[in-house]
Amino acid sequence: MIEKSVLDRAFDARFAPEIKEKLASASVAVAGLGGLGSNITLMLARSGVGHLFLVDFDTVDPTNLNRQAYGISHLGMPKTQAIKTLIDDINPYLDVKTECVKVTPANVAELFGAYPLVCEAFDKPDQKAMLVRELLTQTASTVVSGNGMAGFGNSNAVITMQINSRLYMCGDGSTDVGGGTGLMAPRVNICAGHQANKIIELILNKD
Amino acid sequence: MVVINGENAENASGLTLAQYIKNAGYNAERIVVEKNLEIICRADYDKTVISDGDSIEILNFVGGG
Repeated sequence: MIEKSVLDRAFDARFAPEIKEKLASASVAVAGLGGLGSNITLMLARSGVGHLFLVDFDTVDPTNLNRQAYGISHLGMPKTQAIKTLIDDINPYLDVKTECVKVTPANVAELFGAYPLVCEAFDKPDQKAMLVRELLTQTASTVVSGNGMAGFGNSNAVITMQINSRLYMCGDGSTDVGGGTGLMAPRVNICAGHQANKIIELILNKD
Repeated sequence: MVVINGENAENASGLTLAQYIKNAGYNAERIVVEKNLEIICRADYDKTVISDGDSIEILNFVGGG
């Protein structure tokens, strides 16, 4: 296993110490480890976000491979476990907690209440709305949500919008997976990139 | 005047949120409603009456993730 000092030196060669420190001490929760959440999580891990809390109730399935971070070797594994193997392969010194559970209004506060930043990365629209609604009413967390990333092309329609002091929405706001357009890796990753980038901005711009 | 998603929505005044949401064709399961910068709990859509001066944002979620 690679030593922590080697990874630290590699990071130090690129970023100022205060950036590294802010990222290393940050705590971020990701709700949903599908196309958005798995890719967001790996971007946060590569960026050195020190404390990750990852929630998903599902297992890796062949239909996930077209856009999610997993591979053949993860098929059948809970996504919480599969993502952990991927993170360990990038940076085994991060503090990663996982919970294989379905999120409901009844457990939102208990799961996410301690996290200042939460990524909404579910796929079903009713679940996305439920999570955002409950996080904003039951917790003090700032939420970065993904909304509208189906299909292909039109990369520049995917944007990050600030809705209020605690809610950011990334996506095109309209392309629905139910509209006959499936989800494809590039556009899902564009949206995941917006979400991860906003999270990093919120971490680094905090006094 | 009532403003909903940035547009003047005069005829919404006097309706409950639940009525407006239904009339406007939203699926109540897929939205988040902010009224005067406050998120409204789902259970309160029925008893929240839209009145003059309200500013409302309805965030509609689509599938995919």
